[in-house]
Amino acid sequence: MEMIKVKNLTFEYIRRDEEGNVESINKAIDNVNLDVKKGDFIAILGANGSGKSTLAKHINAILYPTDGGVWVNGMNTAEEKNLWEIRQTAGMVFQNPDNQIIATVVEEDVGFGPENLGVPTQEIWERVEKSLEAVGMLEFRNSSPNKLSGGQKQRVAIAGIMAMKPQCIVLDEPTAMLDPNGRKEVIATVRELNKKENVTVILITHHMDEVIYADKVFVMERGQVKMEGTPREIFTRVDEIKKYRLDAPQVTELAYELKKAGVNLPDGILTVEELIEAIKLIKK
Amino acid sequence: MQIIFDKVNYIYSGGTAFARHAIKDISFSINKGEFIGLIGHTGSGKSTLIQHMNGLIKATNGHIYFNGQDIYEKNYDLRKLRSKVGLVFQYPEHQLFETTVFKDVVFGPTNLGLDKLECELRAYEALKMVGIGDDLLDASPFELSGGQKRRVAIAGVLAMKPEVLILDEPTAGLDPRGRDDILEKIAELHRDSGLTIILVTHSMEDIANYADRLFVMNRGELVMQDTAKVVFSHYKELEQMHLAAPQVTYVMNVLKDKGYRVNTDATTIDEAKEEILKLLQY
Repeated sequence: MEMIKVKNLTFEYIRRDEEGNVESINKAIDNVNLDVKKGDFIAILGANGSGKSTLAKHINAILYPTDGGVWVNGMNTAEEKNLWEIRQTAGMVFQNPDNQIIATVVEEDVGFGPENLGVPTQEIWERVEKSLEAVGMLEFRNSSPNKLSGGQKQRVAIAGIMAMKPQCIVLDEPTAMLDPNGRKEVIATVRELNKKENVTVILITHHMDEVIYADKVFVMERGQVKMEGTPREIFTRVDEIKKYRLDAPQVTELAYELKKAGVNLPDGILTVEELIEAIKLIKK
Repeated sequence: MQIIFDKVNYIYSGGTAFARHAIKDISFSINKGEFIGLIGHTGSGKSTLIQHMNGLIKATNGHIYFNGQDIYEKNYDLRKLRSKVGLVFQYPEHQLFETTVFKDVVFGPTNLGLDKLECELRAYEALKMVGIGDDLLDASPFELSGGQKRRVAIAGVLAMKPEVLILDEPTAGLDPRGRDDILEKIAELHRDSGLTIILVTHSMEDIANYADRLFVMNRGELVMQDTAKVVFSHYKELEQMHLAAPQVTYVMNVLKDKGYRVNTDATTIDEAKEEILKLLQY
């Protein structure tokens, strides 16, 4: 069974005037189909306003479909009785870490989630320790979140979600506000959770270099999925992704430019190492 | 020299147990018409530094000169300074509040006490400068896309006719095209109007394309001020400071480490391309 199944999903924002008459209907999601297997790492790309966040909010039942359906681990998000369990199955991490941290001590913040789930105290502490260790923040357990860097705060927010033992994490632009190192830390943490704990990851981002490790990439535009494939397949089509207001990692673009100038490089180079290897082959 | 900082220090909550030395002994000068990129890890003091430039924060000690005048001198007109040094905060679209785009931009100059016609002319001109067309003047700012909102917010500052424009992470959260659009607009303002630009960013790839000089902040200190080429050649030190160099700089350096004879100072795609084509003898 898929971890996440999205079938013919349509979602409309309906605007009404003061009398309640419908003024306009905006289709934020337009007939989207998406399957995510357990343990997959998938990335969703798309311009501002393309429907990425609206889609993400369907996965843990913050929004309900206007048409079609969303199933999380087989549970239909439209059925209210599933709500509690869906939110435990799929956790969300948002863009701004400062909006997600509520306690004055790191370990209390991480414990807040499981406490609300009614987990016994002893187990809460075990989970807090394990989650903080998983994101590499155990040594800061007694710190005030105020004193942490952006990347560290975001890792604490991820630990807070992990402590609820979700099978799936949805991250909505988790690195938009971070410096290069913070971005690296967060992405490394997410990959680690995906590999070691087999957590299903759905990453929404505007940073192309963060999606090169994903199993599959979806590109959205105007509420529809326009491209899907492995990162290599997607970034081979540099001209096409630019049409959707996106770009490629800088090294991919460099390789693409070199190819255009006549250099015989393979398609879809994604990392510095790959480019170096390709150049070495030519020099031989 | 348009802006001079002379040993500027700022201590938050000075004299208490929570005292924190946010910026330490900062000295630099910026010429009129320069494009400065300001980089540094989160919490390195970038935002504190730029708020000194238009007098929003008063230094604990040290001197700041704008166009030759000490801004801490008695009778110095700080209001005027703030109209000359425009500051665009992070996520400036959160500060939009009026019912139409045009009214929002007119708000700033109106507060300067200018007559109505002048204010409207300035607002109109500022919106043109950031590429907001006539069709959007009467739209609600809240109906616009993220990139458009941000450009309207920048127009609000431009309408004050500043000589210096400071932008704190103007591209955070925008999609790549939106990011390029804003940066292109800023470069255009710099080129066409001779504005001095100070751009705070976490995107090393972007800043390498635009800035004349980079200022690097680390733990409250200004540790480097030089061209992008020189700064990014210290990429290992930058990593120690939680920063990085553009990907292409890494490509060139790895090639060199592998024994190829290449020039490593490329910081943009075009420069790297030329260098690699030379290596491969195309």
